[in-house]
Amino acid sequence: MAKLQADLEEFRGDTRAWLEANCPPEMRQPVQGEDDVFWGGRNAAFKNDAQQAWFEACRDRGYTVPAWPKEYGGAGLSPAEAKVLREEMAHISARPPLSSFGIWMLGPALLHFGTEGQKKHFLNQIARGEIRWCQGYSEPGSGSDLVSLQTFGDDKGDHWVVNGSKIWTSYADKADWIFCLVRTDKANKYQGITFMLYDMAAAGVSTKPILLISGNSPFCETFFDDVKVPKSYGEDIPAQVGEVNRGWDVAKYLLGHEREMISGADGGARTSAIGAAMKRAAGELDPMLRADLAMFDVDALAYAAMGEKFLDEVKVGKSHPAFSNMMKYAGTELNKRRHELFMAAGGSTALEWDSEETRGGARAREWLRTKANSIEGGTSEVMLGVVAKRILELPGA
Amino acid sequence: MALYHTDDQAMLADTAAQFMGEEGAITKQLRHWRDAKCKDGFGHDLWKQMAEMGFTGLLVPEADGGLGMGHVEAGIVLEEIGRNLTPSPFLTSSVMAASALAHASEDLKGRWLPGLIAGDSVFAVAVDEGAKHRPERIACRAEKSGNGFRLTGKKDFVVHGASADMIVVAARTAGSDDDEQGLTLFAVPRDAAGMGHNSVRLVDSSMASHMTFDGIELDGDAVIGEVDGGRDVLGRVLDAGRVGAAAEGVGVARGSLDRTVDYLKQRKQFGKLIGEFQALQHRAAHLYSEIEIARAVTIKAQQLLDGGSQQASLMASVAKAKVGKAAGLAVKEGVQMHGGIGMTDEYDIGLYMKRDRALAEFMGDVYYHADRVARLSGY
Repeated sequence: MAKLQADLEEFRGDTRAWLEANCPPEMRQPVQGEDDVFWGGRNAAFKNDAQQAWFEACRDRGYTVPAWPKEYGGAGLSPAEAKVLREEMAHISARPPLSSFGIWMLGPALLHFGTEGQKKHFLNQIARGEIRWCQGYSEPGSGSDLVSLQTFGDDKGDHWVVNGSKIWTSYADKADWIFCLVRTDKANKYQGITFMLYDMAAAGVSTKPILLISGNSPFCETFFDDVKVPKSYGEDIPAQVGEVNRGWDVAKYLLGHEREMISGADGGARTSAIGAAMKRAAGELDPMLRADLAMFDVDALAYAAMGEKFLDEVKVGKSHPAFSNMMKYAGTELNKRRHELFMAAGGSTALEWDSEETRGGARAREWLRTKANSIEGGTSEVMLGVVAKRILELPGA
Repeated sequence: MALYHTDDQAMLADTAAQFMGEEGAITKQLRHWRDAKCKDGFGHDLWKQMAEMGFTGLLVPEADGGLGMGHVEAGIVLEEIGRNLTPSPFLTSSVMAASALAHASEDLKGRWLPGLIAGDSVFAVAVDEGAKHRPERIACRAEKSGNGFRLTGKKDFVVHGASADMIVVAARTAGSDDDEQGLTLFAVPRDAAGMGHNSVRLVDSSMASHMTFDGIELDGDAVIGEVDGGRDVLGRVLDAGRVGAAAEGVGVARGSLDRTVDYLKQRKQFGKLIGEFQALQHRAAHLYSEIEIARAVTIKAQQLLDGGSQQASLMASVAKAKVGKAAGLAVKEGVQMHGGIGMTDEYDIGLYMKRDRALAEFMGDVYYHADRVARLSGY
């Protein structure tokens, strides 16, 4: 135990030194706008040299996905080491080197359900930021009731022909590939869905951005019109994850990771206290606003501890499978409150929609964006229903 | 350090749950002593049994005859105390007074710790002056007099004050009421001449004292820690009490939730179990979420206290405030979801509401601690 602790402290020292040498000062500033986030992909462009240097340093050390095995592009860190790296990065406010639905969502599903060939092929691409993924889940008629989805893949022997449409596909217009839920058996609701991977450049795929109340378009409608999806991409690289018609299991597993991501359980800006920063910005706080900020900070700091505990428990398999639903509910409701307070503290300045001083109304747009937090990835009401039934074991459908 | 219980701590939790569930059960302790109008508000036999379990000296170092455990372990015991509403002097004696005595002379330790460890002695801590917790202002004075001190003033909400063999008193030995420095802690024995008790029964059937000190003569060796430098030790005692009260509050909240969820699975109206109604499911699930978060930050605060972290004091206030909110919600929703029978004395849910109310005030309520979080954060 003492030896383990000593090893961990040595790792902390090494990590600190490495970060000091490799994380440029510009990458230790809070993310200001969308172009500060690096998503990778075929058409990726770096905003500046610092962003590129930081990404490449992390990529070469496996630190875009530190806990993944080395053969799949990770650094093979133990849970305790990964926690130390997270803490040390948070300590210097280092930005994530690579943001990616491949890392947060598809990767964990492949690690769990993928063939060896799929892991080697796709995980390395994800870790190296070469392919940008999007998620094809919701459909116009299938939101909270996701399993009723209708996009259909017709079995043509060595390929499927996919027809249908998806909605709320995040960054579909910028993505290279999609992981998509496709119905392959119309007679079987739960056991008639296949989790498919295919190229967004394929003929018959089109996307249409959706203009949101924030004035931005992070989501798309995605249409599939006789899209030919080959069943295999090479030896031991099938196009589907898990078995054909068993995609719902993969989908549910992945949703757990999506909830984890949206919940902000891994710390960062979504769980930090805000009162002191609001005071610095405003100079003077209205006493009632100060009181609300204090109550918020209590909830935020408590939630940060919950996130830490949740991740610690997940790593050792101590967490109830439905606990991520609770985290998603609590984390997103908290984030909405955070942005209500940002708006209140900002006053009329926070209302400005396109001025240079407000970086194009960033605060107002972000405030509006957060309203989706408790809708996307399962609404708060759906989350509460799952907690009620699966954790509290209350009766009913 | 991982933010969940180690295997040893999980074993202690099982032991404590079994012990409090049996020996500390509501009918056996709380209702029994309440209905008997007990002047102590708790049973000394149970206190002796807790000593046999090792609980009473849990925080006392092994060198002084205790178990040498930490606030995580004390919190484990307190959570079970809370869940069973077990009246006992554990929090004031084994957590708060023991935290004070950790800074005392060998003589003082030798005088008081053996009785605590054996379950023969009960201690109280006298800090509050007035109806609200405000330890930044202490007017109670101990004037230097010869080789000792002369203690004058009053204290309120001294839990177990009239039952205590020794009371840790925070008094001013220099400066004015609002000064940060100039405080000294004293170990005042129960038989000190000039001590007055007005012992009152509280809403939760616990006993607390309004105390008066009318020129009590104290030897210099009654001093705990440094003369005029007591603020630091007092801070540690208060934080230990806050985190301990938070742990007990988590137990109250969980006990209240468990009973309420059970009730939702039994009670039928409109031909359905009321737990089938979404309006109640969502409220119960929200409540569960709040309690889990409160429990997580309470364990975080315990670990920080045990590690001697600089963040411990901030997190103690976060925990006390968060538990105040979550447990308050738990008992209010508990009574409401029980409907009419939640208002009856026959059902235990109302007892949870009363205990929560007393714990919420003890060592600072949600408003005090949210304000303190703001002050410590710099706004």
